[in-house]
Amino acid sequence: MIPGSFSYHRPASVADAVKLLSDLGEDARPLAGGHSLVPMMKLRLATPAHLIDLHGIATLKGIRRDGNNLVIGAMTTQHELLASEEISQAMPILHEAALLIADPQVRYRGTIGGNVANGDPGNDMPALMLTLGATYRLEGPGGSREVAASDFYQGAYFTTLEPGEILTSVSIPVPAAGHGSAYEKLKRKVGDYATAAAAVILTMASGKVATCSIGLTNVHETPLLAADAAKAVIGTSLDAATLKKAAAAAEAIMAPAADARGPVEYRKHVGGIMVTRALQRAAANAK
Amino acid sequence: MNDLTPTREQREAALEGMGCKRKRVEDIRFTQGKGNYVDDIKLPGMLHGDFVRSPHPHARVKKIDDSEALKVPGVLAVITAETLKTVNLAWMPTLAGDVQMVLADGKVLFQNQEVAFVVATDRYAADDGINKVMVEYEPLAPLVDPFKSMDSDAPVLREDLAGKTTGAHGPRKHHNHIFEWSVGDRELTDAAFKKAEVTIKEMISYHRTHPSPLETCQCVCAFDKIKGELTIYGTFQAPHVIRTVVSLIAKLPEQKIHVISPDIGGGFGNKVGAYPGYICAAVASIVTGKPVKWVEDRIENLTATSFARDYHMTTEIAATKDGKVTGLRVHVLADHGAFDACADPSKWPAGFFNIVTGSYDFPTAHLAVDGVYTNKAPGGVAYRCSFRVTEAAYCIERAMDILAQKLNMDPAELRLKNFIKPEQFPYHSALGWEYDSGDYHTAMRKMMETTSYAALRKEQADKRAAFKRGETREIMGLGVSFFTEIVGAGPSKNCDILGIAMFDSCEIRMHPTGAGIARMGTKSQGQGHETTWAQIIATEIGIPADNIMVEEGNTDTAPYGLGTYGSRSTPVAGAAIAMAARKIKAKAQMIAAYKLEVHEDDLEFDIDGFRVKGLPERYMSMKDICWAAYNSVPPGMEPGLEAVSYYDPPNMTYPFGAYLCVMDIDVDTGVYKVRRFYALDDCGTRINPMIIEGQVHGGLTEAFAIAMGQEIRYDETGNVVTGSFMDFFMPTAVETPHWETDFTVTPSPHHPIGAKGVGESPNVGGVPAFSNAVNDAFSFLGSRHIQMPHDFWRNWKAAKELGAVA
Amino acid sequence: MAKTHVTMKVNGAEVEGLVEPRTLLVHFIRENLQLTGTHIGCETTHCGACTVDIDGMSVKSCTMFAVQAQGSDITTVEGMANADGTLSALQEGFRMMHGLQCGFCTPGMIVRAHRLLKENPSPSEQEIRMGISGNICRCTGYQNIVKAIQYASAKINGVEFREAAE
Repeated sequence: MIPGSFSYHRPASVADAVKLLSDLGEDARPLAGGHSLVPMMKLRLATPAHLIDLHGIATLKGIRRDGNNLVIGAMTTQHELLASEEISQAMPILHEAALLIADPQVRYRGTIGGNVANGDPGNDMPALMLTLGATYRLEGPGGSREVAASDFYQGAYFTTLEPGEILTSVSIPVPAAGHGSAYEKLKRKVGDYATAAAAVILTMASGKVATCSIGLTNVHETPLLAADAAKAVIGTSLDAATLKKAAAAAEAIMAPAADARGPVEYRKHVGGIMVTRALQRAAANAK
Repeated sequence: MNDLTPTREQREAALEGMGCKRKRVEDIRFTQGKGNYVDDIKLPGMLHGDFVRSPHPHARVKKIDDSEALKVPGVLAVITAETLKTVNLAWMPTLAGDVQMVLADGKVLFQNQEVAFVVATDRYAADDGINKVMVEYEPLAPLVDPFKSMDSDAPVLREDLAGKTTGAHGPRKHHNHIFEWSVGDRELTDAAFKKAEVTIKEMISYHRTHPSPLETCQCVCAFDKIKGELTIYGTFQAPHVIRTVVSLIAKLPEQKIHVISPDIGGGFGNKVGAYPGYICAAVASIVTGKPVKWVEDRIENLTATSFARDYHMTTEIAATKDGKVTGLRVHVLADHGAFDACADPSKWPAGFFNIVTGSYDFPTAHLAVDGVYTNKAPGGVAYRCSFRVTEAAYCIERAMDILAQKLNMDPAELRLKNFIKPEQFPYHSALGWEYDSGDYHTAMRKMMETTSYAALRKEQADKRAAFKRGETREIMGLGVSFFTEIVGAGPSKNCDILGIAMFDSCEIRMHPTGAGIARMGTKSQGQGHETTWAQIIATEIGIPADNIMVEEGNTDTAPYGLGTYGSRSTPVAGAAIAMAARKIKAKAQMIAAYKLEVHEDDLEFDIDGFRVKGLPERYMSMKDICWAAYNSVPPGMEPGLEAVSYYDPPNMTYPFGAYLCVMDIDVDTGVYKVRRFYALDDCGTRINPMIIEGQVHGGLTEAFAIAMGQEIRYDETGNVVTGSFMDFFMPTAVETPHWETDFTVTPSPHHPIGAKGVGESPNVGGVPAFSNAVNDAFSFLGSRHIQMPHDFWRNWKAAKELGAVA
Repeated sequence: MAKTHVTMKVNGAEVEGLVEPRTLLVHFIRENLQLTGTHIGCETTHCGACTVDIDGMSVKSCTMFAVQAQGSDITTVEGMANADGTLSALQEGFRMMHGLQCGFCTPGMIVRAHRLLKENPSPSEQEIRMGISGNICRCTGYQNIVKAIQYASAKINGVEFREAAE
């Protein structure tokens, strides 16, 4: 399991990286944490002729507040997310989910940008970004643009990133104070992708759900926003019938593949249960 | 005596002999990264070999084009079956009496089969080379389901066996049939079933899995053209056997083959057999005149070198209404994959599966095993168990639970009622074994008391009632398992490998200063032999364990032995060590008698030396005797203090144990939680309790993995779907339960120190405990038997089929 | 492919070498530097046998290229002993608590546990289990590895550790 040969580039700025990517064309791949790409290269399922390592670009790192948003540099690692007080305070769901990604070693290297940008339906952060209403900043030869996370994912490993573009940061609106949240992930063991996972952000008013957003991981070729399921719980106190309705609405949009984690029917079924449990836990921790 | 004279306790403690939790000698180097494993070996000019493997499970190989590969910088040679035919090595014999392709000869028979071997200057160039070898295949229909292997229209897998109606183990009844093995009294057993008041019948499968030690299989072969000598460094659990096999198949004089097993990163049965990688690396070294390294990657390990299990066991028990067993009838369909590369003693095509009567007094039994070929990887190794013993233990322990359920009896009570009684030992089983010793009732009752078994049953009854009332979605299972192992292969009367009796050996050389070196025919892969073997010698001859260096794995220096697997090291080599030490001690006694000027019968051994009976102040330490052995032995005696023992055990040993698993399962997701696991092991005399407990922890963890999800699974087209650590369940510290261990001691009466072996017991006893817990949890919903592995989705599926989930 | 010159600090010493860009860090460490304590177990970033400490992070060196380690400060298992050559608290803990058997996962485990204790000198059992969940051990069942780390934690904090290896 040895990667094929490639040329290594380590640009110091986004502009240089973008230029390299556009000059070198389809034979070039950006390299972030490498924990998806390098194993693919070792299996020779990916054989880029050029690797553009983004670790040399200082501006891609860090977490900063910008008005009501947290802006996270694409090369910020899961470990750094976990260490951030600001994230634990403002959006604890991000902390919770980051801790469920892979294992400690991978989290030291794995980046938020890599996790959201490569379009792997098994990754956890994309559904989180949909649920939180994040936008991605993409920089390319024609300048920069902002794309809503909800518009970014087109299919498995297929996104709206244009040739030559790099995802440089994610911008996440800080959820309302007192919101409740939960990320329920069923996996076989540490290091596994989700059999199914659900993210919930909600606010409660007088014991009833006031606002709600639900995201789903690894139950479709793209991450999903379960809008109908979320709509079904608004105005309710999450009684059993409502939870059942929400789970059913979420299951209706799931289309997982059968794999070693289980058959389609099972993965959809537990997807519904993850939604139910995430709703209940989010409601319980809302203030 | 003054205050400085050590007490007896201090003298004993100074030896760090048997029974002491001696800290391991090996750890000094391992904790500092100074182990020496095969891939750490770097010889001058060393080349690397890597395999081109088949993507197809069954195909004809039409053409192999190596022209582009040979243009890759660093690639020196591409070896194919055609190359190997020139040295008559395209096929190799297996330990089970079959033959196996070294490289694809006209056909491939399983996915990832070895097709060509690329030799290059380094592993990077070799990998580049394998990606440039172009192989043209003509895919053939794959045979995946063993139950269809003997259908009349089943594809012919082994064209090389065309017309052969007899195999190594008797008649073949179909072109995909390997052997039928039948043991026991069929008529008597059939009669017992005819008059039985109660019978049960169930097809119990033990799925295909893989030992997967953390270090894969690897070797470095170095052929010296001038001397005509071949040195092989390899991950071999049985280095002497490898030397003999290489000599026989490569036609090299055995004295010119040097096999060295350095430190080994776990074996679990994976490293017993001979694999194409070894043959190809050796041939490549002979062809190029340079050392050649072959290192398997993890995917290759999981998909090509030996799998374990894949036994499908149709099991019947006859019993009386009040729960006394009267007969056992088992038929096994054994899926061996493309070649029968089972690593069993030669005369035992299904290993010691006839231990399947377990711990119970069956008056009669009959067993038949049919081995078949399929388009899967070859093998059938003993993954942390004596040969096919874990399959047998799983079979009988599930069946006893099924019988208990039918009789509406508690499974622990049913076992107590049918155990072989202490006074029945030595016990002759209906399928031909002589159990050496046991006290099953004591072990079982200790388990039940320590775990408050009755209270757990009460809690379970309450939880079941609550579940039926809809108050909880969690069900609780108690998995009882009581196993009897058969280890220590084995007596020459019934155990050999390729005609070599399965004795083992020890050579001890004491040095003048009271230190020594001991060498054995075994080979540790983590069992801590360097530590424990010295403890046996320390107790036997009174020299501190720290003064004894233990060396294994070099066939030039170690006495011939059959290696380490099947929990045979302590029962066989452990005995050889004690016997060699006793020879040392006997000579030491003669020297002491001469020096103390008494008759040797007037001496008694006292911890660390000899003392004149009745005159305690006349004493000579073993340390001083060692010195005397080199300068003042009695007239006529040869100087020196050395001994060799080759030990042919009179019988196997039969460790046993009582395990309990307490498990909770969420029916909505199938997620389980092992709340408690208690393991009581009786391995006879305990040499190092710390190491025993460590072995039990490790074996239980492997049992947990196997029972709860660890599977080599093929889809219906013959593709392996669990070929990496993502999908092949390898639990981390987070999933692994906490283990409680306990013990009783029933020494083996025929073993010099009474020890029985323990390394594999926890796997053998653990798997049924986990599976019985799952089955017990679901039983009140009406299920009788749920097949392993019990991963989340299968638990959910069971719940759904039983109507517990909408 | 043209080779690249790399320099880095490994176990306190400046080292350099010529590598292809695709050379994995683990191969550079094992083959160029001949520090063979760092092992390769799975090659798919699951088992952690190849774990080294890079600039204060535990990293699986089979999933990083040597060129990416240019200028970094690396500690491998060979750099874990005390300055006077005696076993560190962790190495001693692994031996005292029987936290290893075949020894193949041990270097990665110790290097990982080293960083865990730097970040959290008094971890709970659950934190230890989570903290070493990127490292697979096939022999011990982890129970004594947890104890080994607890032993080291106690020693580092100057607290007596009473538990024996099970």
